[in-house]
Amino acid sequence: QEPHGAAPVDFLQELPSYQSARRRRGGTQERRPSLLGTAGSRGAPARALQQERGELADRPAREQPICMAEKRRARDSQQAETERLSRWKKWKRTSSKSLKRALSEVQGLASYLVLWRHDIHSIEGKFGTGIQSYFSFLRFLVLLNFINFILMFSFVTLPTIISNYGTFNSTIAYISSKNIDDICTIYEPSGNKGLVYFYTYLQDLLSGTGFLEVTSLFYGYYSIDAVWISIMRYNLPLAYLLATFAYLALSFLWIVKRSVEGFKHNLVHDADPFQSYCNKVFAGWDFCITDPHAARLKHRSLQYELQTDLQEEKLKQKIAERSMNEKLRIYFLRIFINIIVIAVLSGCFYSIFRVTVFSQENSIVSIRNDTRRDLIKAVNLLVQYLPSIVITLANFLGPLIFSFLIGFEDYTPAFEIKLTLLRCVFLRLANIAVLLFSLWSQISDCGSDKCKPCGYNYKLYPCWESDVGREMYKLMIFDFIVILAVALFVDFPRKLLVNHCSWKLVQLFGHKEFGISDNVLEIIYGQTICWIGTFFSPLLPAIATIKYFIIFYVKKIVLIHTSKPAARPIRASSSNFFFLVVLLIGLLLAFIPLGVSIARIPSSKACGPFSNFNTSWEVIPDTVLEFPTGLQHMLFGMASEAFAVPFFVILCIIMFYVIALARAHKRVVEQLREQLVLESRDKMFLIRKITEAQR
Amino acid sequence: GAMGGSASLIPRDLLGEYQELTFLSKQEILLAYKRFSELLPKEERENACSARVPKSQILMLPELRANPFQHRICHVFSTSETQDDSMSFEDFLDMLSVFSDSATSDIKSHYAFRIFDFDNDGTLDRKDLEQLVNCLTGQGEESRLSSAEMEQLIQNILEESDIDKDGTINLAEFQHVVSRSPDFASSFKIVL
Repeated sequence: QEPHGAAPVDFLQELPSYQSARRRRGGTQERRPSLLGTAGSRGAPARALQQERGELADRPAREQPICMAEKRRARDSQQAETERLSRWKKWKRTSSKSLKRALSEVQGLASYLVLWRHDIHSIEGKFGTGIQSYFSFLRFLVLLNFINFILMFSFVTLPTIISNYGTFNSTIAYISSKNIDDICTIYEPSGNKGLVYFYTYLQDLLSGTGFLEVTSLFYGYYSIDAVWISIMRYNLPLAYLLATFAYLALSFLWIVKRSVEGFKHNLVHDADPFQSYCNKVFAGWDFCITDPHAARLKHRSLQYELQTDLQEEKLKQKIAERSMNEKLRIYFLRIFINIIVIAVLSGCFYSIFRVTVFSQENSIVSIRNDTRRDLIKAVNLLVQYLPSIVITLANFLGPLIFSFLIGFEDYTPAFEIKLTLLRCVFLRLANIAVLLFSLWSQISDCGSDKCKPCGYNYKLYPCWESDVGREMYKLMIFDFIVILAVALFVDFPRKLLVNHCSWKLVQLFGHKEFGISDNVLEIIYGQTICWIGTFFSPLLPAIATIKYFIIFYVKKIVLIHTSKPAARPIRASSSNFFFLVVLLIGLLLAFIPLGVSIARIPSSKACGPFSNFNTSWEVIPDTVLEFPTGLQHMLFGMASEAFAVPFFVILCIIMFYVIALARAHKRVVEQLREQLVLESRDKMFLIRKITEAQR
Repeated sequence: GAMGGSASLIPRDLLGEYQELTFLSKQEILLAYKRFSELLPKEERENACSARVPKSQILMLPELRANPFQHRICHVFSTSETQDDSMSFEDFLDMLSVFSDSATSDIKSHYAFRIFDFDNDGTLDRKDLEQLVNCLTGQGEESRLSSAEMEQLIQNILEESDIDKDGTINLAEFQHVVSRSPDFASSFKIVL
């Protein structure tokens, strides 16, 4: 690098680029001379300045970085200019202005409707934007589940309830069982008959059996083919299926929209934008912090983060200088530890599989109406909840094991955190997948002709969709209970213990850190269950809404009273991105079991709206066959290979083109950067030469 | 006084003008008026629109009192003729407008540059960056980075953001690097 110090300052200050920078910022402090008056002496620079001023003046007054008095002047001059414009342009400008004003009024009113605005604002002031993003995320999930509930309720549950009670002159056409073996249609959901004890209700509430089984909570209630309201025919099976697709699509689009909003980014660059030093320094301070104590903690955590990152850089240099022997040793160690991780995961999956099979085979349904021995009933409840218990245990122990093992793998600290997180995400989502897989293996267990007449194991599962719905319901309830129990029986006692007991061991534990990733994974786990379960249990989103509503307040209280902030600062943007990506993965994972249930497994013939069809998906081809022939041909054509293959090929071509374009742009950007560096050096060189020549 | 009372103290056309010239909504402007007049002594509250509040009073706002850049913010937004960093109501609105949710990222990065430019020379040089980092890590001897760490950090920052390699960051380079920073919009925000 050449020394810059030789260039005298006054020459630099006369350069046009420096003048324009000064002018842009010096609107208040300096009364600059009117340049129009000195046009003669400056000539070309003055014209350039005027041109720039013209460009700046095109922007509306409030977007210009000047003080209020100057903004008034700018607006007045803009209005004076508008007077000189043609009629059409004048009308366009005034109408766009009034439109903007109306929009801002509407936005102002809408801001009152935002849920928990004050709570989240106060959390932001005391804990910073990282933790606030977790609570915003909770709020988003409450809204999403509420909208899903409205969707399913208004299109599926409401027509059924209306027709069952005969309001609005509606009549029902029940499903007539044609072409089905009578043996498949035997289904006796034992709603409670006769006198039962109160705790039977509680038990039924917790396990989704008994009186709940015959309510609109589960799939089995909707055994209606069509509802006639005056002369309109409302096709309920079609509505059921389409409402399912609608809520999945709505969730997908909303999540994608949210992740794009906060992530306006140029992904062409190589450097990780979240880890750049400029991001940490220029956007490091949360300007919304109002609490001095929180500010002190923030200072400390920023100092810690900057020091750790600088050390990590030195560590990376050391890693690059490793010898061959060391590298081999470390790679062997990593492979070994990964094998251990896979073994742990397989152990979890296998135990979940065994426990689910055990629970399905041994939950004694008939004993409910038998009033003997409470112990058997309690054991029965335990057996029913066994899969949930095992999953929760695995979700709790897994991360502990992973964070212990990763210490041996010798990665940089930032990468360690990422890898552990990835493993935990995989563990949680795969647990649900294994549970569903084991359920399906039970339902489609076709050895020894168990499913000959109906296509599924009709003896154990006369109405298998309700059973799956029940499992999802139990998972959700248990998840909620665990969150409440942990807050009540672990967090608060821990705080009391640490505050009042001065044993070394207790103080070593210390206060609980509000671990954002753990909390977020918990929630995403619950939301994935809700998405999968809504097809089998249409009122599940309502339960999820209430659950997340209560969890917001529980977590807020836990945060304020028992947690200490994390040592490493959490950044809002990277947390938001992480939440939404994992949520999207959860949603895509939910597509798979739903796809398999709807399209592959025969729907149960004893209950539900699809008992006349082979599989639930068949409603759609059946409906399409009722369309006019032209439309039919088009739709069937779109689903055939003759359309799909060329479509796929065209998509590939477009993708390759866009990738090539991005690469070309990147090359141009690199060339321009090099050019800029050269220009700057030329400038310094010339200035030095001029100064020398002047002497 | 109550919210309804303060609405009558800003004349309607002035309120409309403020809405047009800032990014704030009507409720935000009225709330700002209420908070601003609370900083004034009782007798001056009637014409809060034309009064100037001394810097010491402004720094007592909770939104600014914990902020390490409080002095720079007052200096940048103040239009005081006597350079004493006192703020009028319009300066206060300007400040809230830049820090509001709906401000464009262009204007935010422009003012961020001015706030971080501690010596007011139009560029961020090494001294400015050093002072910036010290503001971030806190006042006090034990909370500063060592000089070797500071050197390494400033070197990294300049490497990422100094495009023309002249050792300083000018406004265009700053705006470019901030536009790629995902946290900037959410952290450079003050809402009353």
